[in-house]
Amino acid sequence: MIRSLSVIFGCLLAGEALVFFTGVPVPSSILGMLLLTALLSLGWIKVAWVKIFSDLIVRNLAFFFIPSGVAIMLFFDRIAQEWLPIMVTVVTGTFLVMTVVGWVYQWTRKKDE
Amino acid sequence: MSEFFESGIFGVTLTFVVYMGAGLLYRRYRWTLLHPVLLSITGIILILKILDIDYGSYNRGGQYISFFLKPAVVALGVPLYHQLQEIRRQKWAILISQLAGAVAGILLTLFFGWVFKMSQGTLLSMIPKSVTTPLALEISASIGGIPPLTVGMVLAVGLQGALFGVSWLRWTGIRDRAAAGLAMGAASHALGVARISEAGRVETAYAGLSMMFTGIVTAVLAPWVVGFL
Repeated sequence: MIRSLSVIFGCLLAGEALVFFTGVPVPSSILGMLLLTALLSLGWIKVAWVKIFSDLIVRNLAFFFIPSGVAIMLFFDRIAQEWLPIMVTVVTGTFLVMTVVGWVYQWTRKKDE
Repeated sequence: MSEFFESGIFGVTLTFVVYMGAGLLYRRYRWTLLHPVLLSITGIILILKILDIDYGSYNRGGQYISFFLKPAVVALGVPLYHQLQEIRRQKWAILISQLAGAVAGILLTLFFGWVFKMSQGTLLSMIPKSVTTPLALEISASIGGIPPLTVGMVLAVGLQGALFGVSWLRWTGIRDRAAAGLAMGAASHALGVARISEAGRVETAYAGLSMMFTGIVTAVLAPWVVGFL
């Protein structure tokens, strides 16, 4: 448990340090995640060391962003004002991304063969 | 009375209980619109409104839960590692299609932002809308968006993909199993992954990897694009 938390918070702190000292505009947590993946791939950290905490948290991931989601109640006015552009962008955007990813992948694979 | 609700314990307990209840309901009926996240957020907002408690009081407790979002994102490195082990080939084809999808999604958002004269806050909040919620929250905050608004949009995107994604894939001729998984993971994150995983193992593996790649690609692209606004 403690080793698991040390590794994960260690990666997060490294991510924070990277953002602080280099000013890269990528969220520190995402840098920490990439660092953890890299350390696991290099074999410098064993999956068993982080398993306890990562399994627990990944399985219940949604729980941790509920309070941030509840804060949407502070923005009901804005949504009432801009619901149409939001809806149009969401609906077309989702189908567009789906189509582009699927087509580009199928096309790249065909060129490979 | 209001002092009672301002102890952090109230917010934490409310979140635990409602989330647990939402999970039970979802597992019983398996209906997409009963998704635990959607149900928990609406449930808690309703309870707060009925009891006339403001968000600030609730968040006295909520902030302790939100604190763990960052380490939770780091913990996603473990499933990402497993996904990378599982899919060793075609990394370039995957990366190229992800990049194309992310760029298309961001450009379309900027286009509609311009057409509708969207407010800056709303526009920035929409940029990470295809990304899985924990990563989307972090990206939204880092580019000056409104994270709770992003959560709402991410949920809408996910529900759309879960409800209509499979028909859309059939309609657009995306029949390759890997392509279908990648498309769903990229467009509709965890909800899309859950839906396409019903199709089989190949789809699930690609969708999971795609969801993570989309988050990473967007995290790198978004601040750069926003710099031009």
